[in-house]
Amino acid sequence: MAKSKVVSLEEALENVHDGQTVMIPGFVNVGVPELLIKGLIDKGITGINVISNNTSIKGRGIGLLVHDHLIKHLTCSHIGSNTETVEQVVAGDIDVTFVPQGTLCERVRAGGAGIGGVLTPTGLGTPIADGKQIINVDGKDYLLETALRGDVAFIHAWKADKMGNVVYHRTAQNFNKIWATAADWVIVEAEEIVEVGELDPDLIMTPGALVDQVVLIK
Amino acid sequence: MAEITGRDLIAYRTARFFEDGDLVNLGIGMPTKCLDFLPEGIDIWIDTENGAIGLDGPPAEGEWADPDVVDAGGSTSKLRVGGCCFDSFTSFGYIRGGHVAATVLGAYEVDQEGNLANWIIPGKTAAGMGGAMDLVAGARKVIVMTEHCDKKGNPKVLKKCTLPLTAAHEVDYIVSELCVLHQTDAGLVLEELAPGVSVEEVVSKTGAELIIPAEIKSMI
Repeated sequence: MAKSKVVSLEEALENVHDGQTVMIPGFVNVGVPELLIKGLIDKGITGINVISNNTSIKGRGIGLLVHDHLIKHLTCSHIGSNTETVEQVVAGDIDVTFVPQGTLCERVRAGGAGIGGVLTPTGLGTPIADGKQIINVDGKDYLLETALRGDVAFIHAWKADKMGNVVYHRTAQNFNKIWATAADWVIVEAEEIVEVGELDPDLIMTPGALVDQVVLIK
Repeated sequence: MAEITGRDLIAYRTARFFEDGDLVNLGIGMPTKCLDFLPEGIDIWIDTENGAIGLDGPPAEGEWADPDVVDAGGSTSKLRVGGCCFDSFTSFGYIRGGHVAATVLGAYEVDQEGNLANWIIPGKTAAGMGGAMDLVAGARKVIVMTEHCDKKGNPKVLKKCTLPLTAAHEVDYIVSELCVLHQTDAGLVLEELAPGVSVEEVVSKTGAELIIPAEIKSMI
């Protein structure tokens, strides 16, 4: 019988420390691992680097980290859905690096897949290309975009089994599946935890082998 | 049909670029208005960059909709029968891979070389580009829907964009309340005019050099 990876929230955050790079998925406020974010705040973690698509909305999800000034550097594609983030970025309180959304996906995928980077046409001729290598393949130019990884990934699952096999729900899937591949320590929060064997193997979206711990959202 | 003007006319004309069955990405805001003007017999599939095909608009008041199905603005949306959901990597893979027939979006500035600027006004807005750079680089047809001039009356169609670009040389069509401009290898062609609008009016309100053909069609 597979060993259970189900732990309490406190146990799950034992490997999360000040100054780490935390991978946080979610689109606006859907598919955001809010329980783990709140746990990180309660633990008093500070000065983290966040890799996310955006920063949720004011007062929710990643917005809670923004509100408490816990983010040192933010790598994302968009902050427009959270007015507080825009204010902090304009005021210079958060250092932000904007990455086109598709490029962000590819860079994190590369980080999780053991490749150094990807070649993409996105961003050619724009400020995103500044300082980056342009590589011509078969007569077409591409930007070299390098891999991204984190120390920890927070993942929001619809269902997980006790060994960490995960199923996501509808558009809450978004960045979760890729983010789960690109960190040294992967923590899943799940709306429901089921017994091993209950999930259809063909429908599992993130293999439990990539997951270190599972926490139930109560 | 002559009563259609302004933003309605822009949406009406843009909706006539779509073919039955097309997979189309409509930006948040004015582009979604195209759905109100789809020609009869044209059924398109709505792509949303956050990982779904087949969005079906917001639920009616009191109608249940899954809170885990949202559009690119984060608003709850219905999903039509046959629709599907997937991760962001899959989404941007097919966007960049040329599987989206058309992407429709707004502009701060657009120019006669097919360049588009719509993601940042340095010192003023800092929202980020989101998925716009990938959509414009990857969609088979890039259609810019825009009012012809900004709120101060300055032309938005220019010889050369002054703001940081979203993409270079990717725009195919510009649809405004005055005209349809087609980006060709030869330059920007004035292909259609709104009812009652003259070539002179378009030229005077455009900052770009236009190619004026002998015959210009009506937008309606």
